[in-house]
Amino acid sequence: MSDAGCARPTGASVIQTKTPSSSTYKPVQETKIMETARVGKAAPDFGAPAYKNGGFTAVKLSDYVKKGWTLLCFYPGDFTYV
Amino acid sequence: MAAVAARYDELQVLGVDVISVSVDSMFTHKMWNDHELSKMVDGGIPWMMAADGAGKVGKVYGVYDEEAGVELRGRFIIDPDGIIQAAEILTPPVGRNLDETIRQIQAFQHVRQTGGKEAMPADWTPGKPTLTPGPDLVGQVWKVWKPE
Repeated sequence: MSDAGCARPTGASVIQTKTPSSSTYKPVQETKIMETARVGKAAPDFGAPAYKNGGFTAVKLSDYVKKGWTLLCFYPGDFTYV
Repeated sequence: MAAVAARYDELQVLGVDVISVSVDSMFTHKMWNDHELSKMVDGGIPWMMAADGAGKVGKVYGVYDEEAGVELRGRFIIDPDGIIQAAEILTPPVGRNLDETIRQIQAFQHVRQTGGKEAMPADWTPGKPTLTPGPDLVGQVWKVWKPE
């Protein structure tokens, strides 16, 4: 939890859901379609390093979804005025 | 973020948890929380402040500004099935309106509780009449609802 020395300060990643591959046809190059967030569609899952209540930890969106409603808020930066 | 933190208890009562995301590191999050936000809101930020240094999460959510290298003020309401029910994205100079965020959460929760049988007209807030879509309501909305 508060293992600051070894904790990675950055390194968020989007967790891609695997695209189903056809058994009869194998494409030469596997195309990965980047998930994009859209209203009415599944929220793209992600994992990221995080800070909470004095400790360094990690957050994963899908862990939150299991528990209830989630308000996901992006903002321009720490110490900005608004 | 302080504005959201000030309403956190209310959000928790509604079964909502918060994740905040910016391109700052978790070390900067700690400094901001400890030295500024905790002076605006008792106890500081009670949720996970995520670090998205490369903007990977922001890109997928359509809020990463490549030129500025920061994330726009995006707000997504995600239901217990993992579906995004509402989104709002503002450019940096204007702050959020938590009353509206909470109103939308309450409206989407009401829709969910009724299994999608009821719909919320404009400006709906808890306690106000809802609409029950169906053949009988076509052309008859004026009888049950008018703008305020």
